Amino acid sequence: MTNMKSLWRDRRFWQIAGQLLAVFLAVAIVTILWGNLNRNLQQLGIQFGFDFLKQQASFDIGETLITYKPTDTYSRALWVGLVNSLRIAVTGIFLTTIVGISAGIARLSDNWLVRNIALVYVEIFRNTPLLLQLLFWYFAVFLGFPKVESKISLWGLVYLSQNGIQFPWFTLSPEFSALLLGLTFYTGAFIAEIVRGGIQSVPKGQWEAARSLGLKPGLVMRLVIFPQALRVIIPPLTSQYLNLTKNSSLAIAIGYPDIYFVASTTFNQTGRAVEVILLIMLTYLTLSLTISIVMNLFNRTVQIKER
Amino acid sequence: MTNPQLLWLRKNLFSTWYNSLLTIVCLIFLFWVAKGILTWVTTQAQWAVVTVNLRLFLLGRFPQSLYWRVWIVLAIASTLGAITWGVFSSKRNLTKSGLAIFSLIIGILLIVFPLDLTSRGYLLLIAVLLLISFLLGKRFTKLIAPWLSFIWILSFPIIFWLIGGGFGLQSVPTNLWNGLLLTLLMAAVSIVLSFPIGVLLALGRTSSLPVVQWFSILYIEIIRGLPLIGILFLAQVMLPLFLPVDLRLDRVVRAITGLVLFSAAYMAENVRGGLQAISRGQIEAAKALGFNSLFVVILIVLPQALRAVIPAIVGQFIGLFKDTSLLSLVGLVELTGIARSILAQPQFIGRYAEVYLFIGLIYWVFCYSMSLASRKLEKQLSS
Repeated sequence: MTNMKSLWRDRRFWQIAGQLLAVFLAVAIVTILWGNLNRNLQQLGIQFGFDFLKQQASFDIGETLITYKPTDTYSRALWVGLVNSLRIAVTGIFLTTIVGISAGIARLSDNWLVRNIALVYVEIFRNTPLLLQLLFWYFAVFLGFPKVESKISLWGLVYLSQNGIQFPWFTLSPEFSALLLGLTFYTGAFIAEIVRGGIQSVPKGQWEAARSLGLKPGLVMRLVIFPQALRVIIPPLTSQYLNLTKNSSLAIAIGYPDIYFVASTTFNQTGRAVEVILLIMLTYLTLSLTISIVMNLFNRTVQIKER
Repeated sequence: MTNPQLLWLRKNLFSTWYNSLLTIVCLIFLFWVAKGILTWVTTQAQWAVVTVNLRLFLLGRFPQSLYWRVWIVLAIASTLGAITWGVFSSKRNLTKSGLAIFSLIIGILLIVFPLDLTSRGYLLLIAVLLLISFLLGKRFTKLIAPWLSFIWILSFPIIFWLIGGGFGLQSVPTNLWNGLLLTLLMAAVSIVLSFPIGVLLALGRTSSLPVVQWFSILYIEIIRGLPLIGILFLAQVMLPLFLPVDLRLDRVVRAITGLVLFSAAYMAENVRGGLQAISRGQIEAAKALGFNSLFVVILIVLPQALRAVIPAIVGQFIGLFKDTSLLSLVGLVELTGIARSILAQPQFIGRYAEVYLFIGLIYWVFCYSMSLASRKLEKQLSS
């Protein structure tokens, strides 16, 4: 009896019992869900498996970087989508970093106009949904441009038309341009606040010390303040890069054929919900993990070196 | 140079040669933008698409004969909101400028918005209600404060009853809950539901029990690695497959499930930040007083942790509010969804800019007020 009572009061006992219960519950839930899934799929007459990837996709993809024709397989189509996703993610991350850092520094400018224009930019873009911004860029801006015959010329270098942005040596489709601009300006507004916070976290004394060494303001920022601010900036910056990559899936709203778009078309044609979801999960988890690892390596280089 | 205006100009705009250059570039840019906007607004934009469809934007296909129920919901929500605002700003008095801005906004809403006479009457009534409840909240802070969260929670079923009907009221199926109404409902429900789940996940992740910790980490990291649209797809398409054959979930319920699953993972990370900010001494002191672990968490750790992460949590709420727009991609007719269907009306084809700017303004007003409120609350709690 006393044994029982001490067991009742023992914290270790409760901890182990609680965890066993948690495992048991999790296993039970997964089993039930799995059973339901099998029953439902059976009723729909679908068998789980990735064989469908070898079938002919028979849909066209508007924009491809690698060769693709509708007679290719679903796996080829998904591959095209992945390449398109990577393209938007890489260019987006590059551009948004420039926009974000510029706007963040502008938020701290001595110049009242610069400061407030940056503030208005941040408040507008941060407080409206990204999807809405993408729709606006695509339908109101790019589709509102004149037809290709009467394209708008910007200093004879860049041309704007319904066919997208035309540079002397390459052209960006309206879908890609709208997605790129939307993601860049939206994420840039968040990065601006992160950069501002990071710079403000550097003690005032650092500015004064650097100035007293005779450094010009631009150099003070570049050599003294920014490297220190980076320590504060990089972790949240990483999540913004991850957000940008994940948000590129909104391409589906404006018809840019990224991985999510292609996967969703595949689902519509084959009805393979489980497999498609697994592929999407795998793709995005891999992308996220890659960005995290790269940024963490970068993060290590800017940390204070201590013993 | 004694003129203060000139001094200000010189200090803020023309302090150095490059600042002067920047000022000029900015002025040219502003002029260009202003000119573009003015020409567009005065010569090209046709706002009829907004004025004609105002009802649709706000309530969609909600039956017109039942609008009074929505007005009561608005009255309840604004009364509670104003009381809460009053309670939290009890230290400061109602300023004349605050009152002036409030009347100005109400005046603009009453005069500029193309509403019918009854709606204007309701709106005026709600404005008076707002003012009274704000004053009540300020006056009886001590009396109301402990009951506040309870009243809010109690109001939820009443609001749902009024909108959805049943129990003596004519019922309104969820596919008629549209427009801004649906956006607000989805956001509110998802916020309320994801908060406790997020807190539990955060506690799980910082817990010393390995199994609980692994489960939490696994859940949080998988969800955070996925795009929201993928999770909404999962909720819309996969959820019915995982549930028993004869159980059919409503479209709106599935969407809310997706939002909550998504939001809880992010909430958990925000709360974890707060939990990490609590020093061990606090926990040890509480244990020394004889509290058991559960009470330490509820009474000592969580209040401090949550207070520390209010800005992050409000940021999360703002994000969730904006994210409801994605529901239009899985077939829900919330604010963005209704914009789509309005743009499909033959007489308004191609009026993208007007419609998107209008709903953009609505989203902006809500998000910006939330961030302003969060800043105020932060100041109040830190002082």
